[in-house]
Amino acid sequence: MTTTEEKSTLMTGAQILLECLKKEGVDEVFGYPGGSILNLYDALYECKEIKHYLVRHEQAAIHAAEGYARVSGKPGVAFVTSGPGACNAITGIANAYYDAYPIVVFTGQVSMNLIGNDAFQEADIVGITRSCCKHNYLVKDVKQLAHVIKEAFHIATTGKPGPVVVDLPKNILTSKADFEWPEKVKLPGYNPTYEGHPKQISRALKLLCNAKKPVIISGGGVLHAGAKEVLEDFAQKLHIPVTNTLMGIGTFNPTSSLSLGMMGMHGGYAANLSVSECDVLCAIGTRFSDRITGNLKKFAPDAEVIHIDIDPCSISKSVRVDIPIVGDAKNVLSAMVNEFDAEHYDINIEEKSKWLQLIAERKKVEPKLSANSGMLNPINVIHKIYDITKDMDAIITTEVGQHQMWTAQLYKFDKPRKFVTSGGLGTMGFGFPAAIGAGIAMKDKVVIDIAGDGSFQMNIQELATCVDYNIPVIVAVINNGWLGMVRQWQERIFHKHYSQTKISSPDYVKVAEAYGALGFRVEKEDDIEPVLKEAISSRKPVIIDFRVEPFEMVYPWVLAGESLHNVLLSNDCPTNKN
Amino acid sequence: MIHTISVLVRNEAGVLSRISDLFSGRGYNIESLTVAPTLDTDFSRVTIVTNGDDKVIEQITKQLNRLIPTIKVMDLPVEDAIEREFIMCKVCAKDEHRSEILRIAEIFNAKIIDVTHRSYTLQALGDERQIKSLIELLRPIGIRELVRSGKVVISRENQFQNIKNI
Repeated sequence: MTTTEEKSTLMTGAQILLECLKKEGVDEVFGYPGGSILNLYDALYECKEIKHYLVRHEQAAIHAAEGYARVSGKPGVAFVTSGPGACNAITGIANAYYDAYPIVVFTGQVSMNLIGNDAFQEADIVGITRSCCKHNYLVKDVKQLAHVIKEAFHIATTGKPGPVVVDLPKNILTSKADFEWPEKVKLPGYNPTYEGHPKQISRALKLLCNAKKPVIISGGGVLHAGAKEVLEDFAQKLHIPVTNTLMGIGTFNPTSSLSLGMMGMHGGYAANLSVSECDVLCAIGTRFSDRITGNLKKFAPDAEVIHIDIDPCSISKSVRVDIPIVGDAKNVLSAMVNEFDAEHYDINIEEKSKWLQLIAERKKVEPKLSANSGMLNPINVIHKIYDITKDMDAIITTEVGQHQMWTAQLYKFDKPRKFVTSGGLGTMGFGFPAAIGAGIAMKDKVVIDIAGDGSFQMNIQELATCVDYNIPVIVAVINNGWLGMVRQWQERIFHKHYSQTKISSPDYVKVAEAYGALGFRVEKEDDIEPVLKEAISSRKPVIIDFRVEPFEMVYPWVLAGESLHNVLLSNDCPTNKN
Repeated sequence: MIHTISVLVRNEAGVLSRISDLFSGRGYNIESLTVAPTLDTDFSRVTIVTNGDDKVIEQITKQLNRLIPTIKVMDLPVEDAIEREFIMCKVCAKDEHRSEILRIAEIFNAKIIDVTHRSYTLQALGDERQIKSLIELLRPIGIRELVRSGKVVISRENQFQNIKNI
């Protein structure tokens, strides 16, 4: 009798995996089945608690999982099969890695006895993904499976978040073991630092108090730490202006007088000049990407730099740092606020007021529209989208290119986790599947993918996913007939040699209809509002084809390799080489 | 600047690739790399000789630390480390050179481990300088084959650590 009782508790690897997901609170996953992962899908067939969303391309499954993670704060989960399935997933994994969002990707693999034999649909996915994920596993023993999954979720969601890949040989999914959920993870080599060093925090606080022209840069780390409120409190108490990176959008109220808006290549004039001229720079949760620093040698040349980051590797990687603080943004900022409240340091208010006055003047400087052929202007479209949706608590995703930068510049996000964009990897085709993931995570929210005609066509097949599950994503295609950002570089830097940047599009209205979505075309400014309102109220997948002026440019613009203070504001602006 | 970095890692499949991929992916140099289990076979010791300025070395140690199986990373300064490398070297041994080779071997405490009419094979152990000198002395005679183990290091115990102000 005892033997049969024992046997009844045995589960297959596939069942164990699903039990683990339930323990981790996962109830929605994205994926695409295939040979090596069939056993998992077979177990899923019996599993009522986990809803699976079938995409049309594995890349989209990973982006959707990331979109889900970005807006919900929970880890996103995806299943893909071995070989081509896993290889298709790589762009998605790399995207989550560079932007530091937690996802766990389960890849099928051929059976252990076939590994290394160049078997059908075999790929060394652990080897291939090693440099583009936070960690990965090849599960070799079904008894280890629960431990591996527990560790995978722990690693993905703690410290600097990131993607974790778990490669599952087919025989692991079929072999049986007792399911035992480990209470704790044992990772002696992995202990992220959350509390900053108190002496460093105190030094940094005093430096900021004494500063005459300080600036804070708020990056994605502030978002992860949930530190928006404490950052706003801190900046107000010390009268310090705050700029944000692309990843840090939504971490500081953009309508505050202390807000400088976004900095970097297409950041604001006031933001970039302030960073260039500041005497103390406090960077929080940013890795100083080349897209925000411009020419490193001329980056904030007079500043003493404080860098707060949970990842020690980010510190002193590109920008020299005077006061490094490894820790969680919220903990460090809270410690600064507490010390400030207790000690009442003088904040050098006179100098700081002068600095803020100068900034207020500079904030009035805005770029001009570059093209005016009488066609719908893309910048006005994005303004209008903002005006119409600003009180709807909408989620905006973007693809990569001009429309992305205009959205980042013009849409005033006053909350974190409302703007979903591919920053580090710059993945065209990210926005639409990410919007699907976001729509699934936040079912009652308005979700708009502001897309370019080039980017949208990279994952346009996901319309089928969107329609199947009736996820009311609105794809606002800023259709200018060009790969706009590349064309912009060709115009300014490559003597208008428009090499391979003119791109055609299908009739998006017909495409929408063919897939069973709603399609609209907008060519006049007056039509934007009624069409967008109709799209929003339909609660269906919608494509809106905005036919816009082809030659509009993104300004302000700091050319690659230039110093950050060389901000170009229009086509007429001379390129300042100083 | 040459640095010797000692990395204690969990002894698991793929850990060496994680380290070597990190070096190639980020453009760091590896001069030599050795790896073997420690006394506790759950762990392995990887010794990497690399070069770079202070900024690069700082990044290397941080990036190594970031790997999940990494337990500890030590960048050992020369004065705090005892370093050794083992080599085996096949040298042409014509009649006129045979006694010269033996003399050199004796000076460096090297052993002849194989001998033919045409060659001697030596084994030698030493720090970087000794190994370099030995090779340079044998080179004009004619080295037919050279196999080096790569450097391993161990930290030097400080015999004065409990005595202050001396």
